[in-house]
Amino acid sequence: MTILCAGITHREAALEIREKFAIGNHELQEALDTLRTIEGLCGAVVVSTCNRVELYASSMNPLPVRDGIRRFLKSRTCGLEVPFCTEDSLLSVRHLFRVASGLESMVVGETEILGQLKQAYSAASDHGATNAHLNKLFQHAFRVAKQVRTETNITRGATSVGSVAVDLAGKIFGDLGGRKVMILGAGDTSERVARSLVSRGVRTVIVANRTFDRAAALADQIGGLAVHFDHWHTAFDEVDILICSTAAPHPIVTREKLELILRGHGERPLFIIDLAVPRDVDASVNELENVYLYDIDSIEEIARQSLNIRQAEIVRCEALIETHVADFLHWMHNHPTHSR
Amino acid sequence: MPNFLLFASTLILLCSFGYTMFRLGSGRLRPGRTNLAALIAAFLLILGDLWLRGQAQHSCPINSLFDVLVFTAWSIILIYLLVGSAYRLSLLGAFTTPLVLLMLLTAEFAPLDRTPRLRAMRDPWIEFHASLSLIAYGAFALAGLAGIMYLLQDRQLKSRKGGTLLYNLPPITDLAIANTRLIWLGLGLLTVAFAAGFVSGMQVNSIKFWTSASIWLAYALMVALRQIHTLAPRRTATLSIAALAFILTTLPVIQHLSAPK
Repeated sequence: MTILCAGITHREAALEIREKFAIGNHELQEALDTLRTIEGLCGAVVVSTCNRVELYASSMNPLPVRDGIRRFLKSRTCGLEVPFCTEDSLLSVRHLFRVASGLESMVVGETEILGQLKQAYSAASDHGATNAHLNKLFQHAFRVAKQVRTETNITRGATSVGSVAVDLAGKIFGDLGGRKVMILGAGDTSERVARSLVSRGVRTVIVANRTFDRAAALADQIGGLAVHFDHWHTAFDEVDILICSTAAPHPIVTREKLELILRGHGERPLFIIDLAVPRDVDASVNELENVYLYDIDSIEEIARQSLNIRQAEIVRCEALIETHVADFLHWMHNHPTHSR
Repeated sequence: MPNFLLFASTLILLCSFGYTMFRLGSGRLRPGRTNLAALIAAFLLILGDLWLRGQAQHSCPINSLFDVLVFTAWSIILIYLLVGSAYRLSLLGAFTTPLVLLMLLTAEFAPLDRTPRLRAMRDPWIEFHASLSLIAYGAFALAGLAGIMYLLQDRQLKSRKGGTLLYNLPPITDLAIANTRLIWLGLGLLTVAFAAGFVSGMQVNSIKFWTSASIWLAYALMVALRQIHTLAPRRTATLSIAALAFILTTLPVIQHLSAPK
């Protein structure tokens, strides 16, 4: 039995090309049915996400099946040649294990791909498109992904501004349920950060923007309250997290102003995320007790650190994956025949 | 047999500490289960040692500086096992281990007087007073360790650099709460212990009295000021560490002055 793999990923092609190959959920059954008409094909799984479209297949007669898969993909893309196609079991198995472990993802170590692989496998299995070898292969891939995640630091730390902000908020407040957020300046990044925080249980979001309509629109979208920009400090009571991203040319949150506001704030910590350039918050604010100020550079630096840690872990992940590839190929060697 | 039990517990904690350091060095610090298992094993072994020595001395085994150090180390683990899990501060175990280890190593290898000085007449109130005071010190020790963790986390967050410690230490708000509650717990236990001391009507040396009273006063002041929000969490953490250092320094003096002449 041979395992084949073909497809296109974010490494080989831009989104405009990838979307031509994409196989939507509504087309999946039809695609699997078409693939099963390829002579010699024993089973197939289609993985289609925003970053990759890949087909995994098993066959006793790999060369015609490889050509059949090529033809299938070419027919869907008005003649575009598929950049990656192999009938080498070693390369195919290794590739799937790397994908499942997040090593082939755009953000190395991300875990969303594992869920997408599980969905793809489940859909193929429900449709009766998998055989014993593909079943074993995918179950093994899920085990590898779990081991790689638990035994290495490949998923360590946050890698985007929003997730770093959520992580830091967690390290300050623990549970974010019931916390109150204020947004000063309704920009795209501040909106994304606020949405990340809301998804983790933040209770109230107050939006202040120079254009009140924009503040009201954003508040409406994320279930918050809008206030006039000139009155932001009067609505500051019990605010735990302040996100700033105004276009002001000078700091709007100075140490003196904040000291005055914090008199009624009790001992609760205040987490300030300053996403503005030039900065909205005077750097000396970080010296105040219970105040933790992060500007865009420091947040991006933490995200970079996480990515570096993940990059450094790739070698350890690859070593783990190689042992599993060898195990699987050994199993395949002992179970060469076709079975459903 | 008692020495064997102590030696075994020390060895287990030493291995756990070494393993934690190794994990910390390799950036894979998830010491919760290892430390917990090591601390439970050490707790049971020291308990066995205390029981055997208690049988031999026919009293609570806190009759020499050696005894006091071992009992205090056991008290620290006891408080950790009782409250550590309640606050989900798994890393507190990683900080508890070196302190307990230090106390056990000092007890076993420092040139201390190990001869128990027993009272002619056993007084259960005095034994209750002394043992509960040491358990209260265990709570203060844990408060000091939570204080150290608070200051480390505060420093990590202020430095804005991320890193292994930041991700592994508990949230700073939880640490502040744990620090204050452990001080409350220690103060409550020490108050009951002092009350038992007064009930026993024992003769107290003035240096011992004022040293103990100043410890009680220092912690009472800390919780009172915390209650009225005059003392910030950062200062409370710093003061709880200073108070722990004072307790550890004066422990031999108090033990010496408490011994029957």
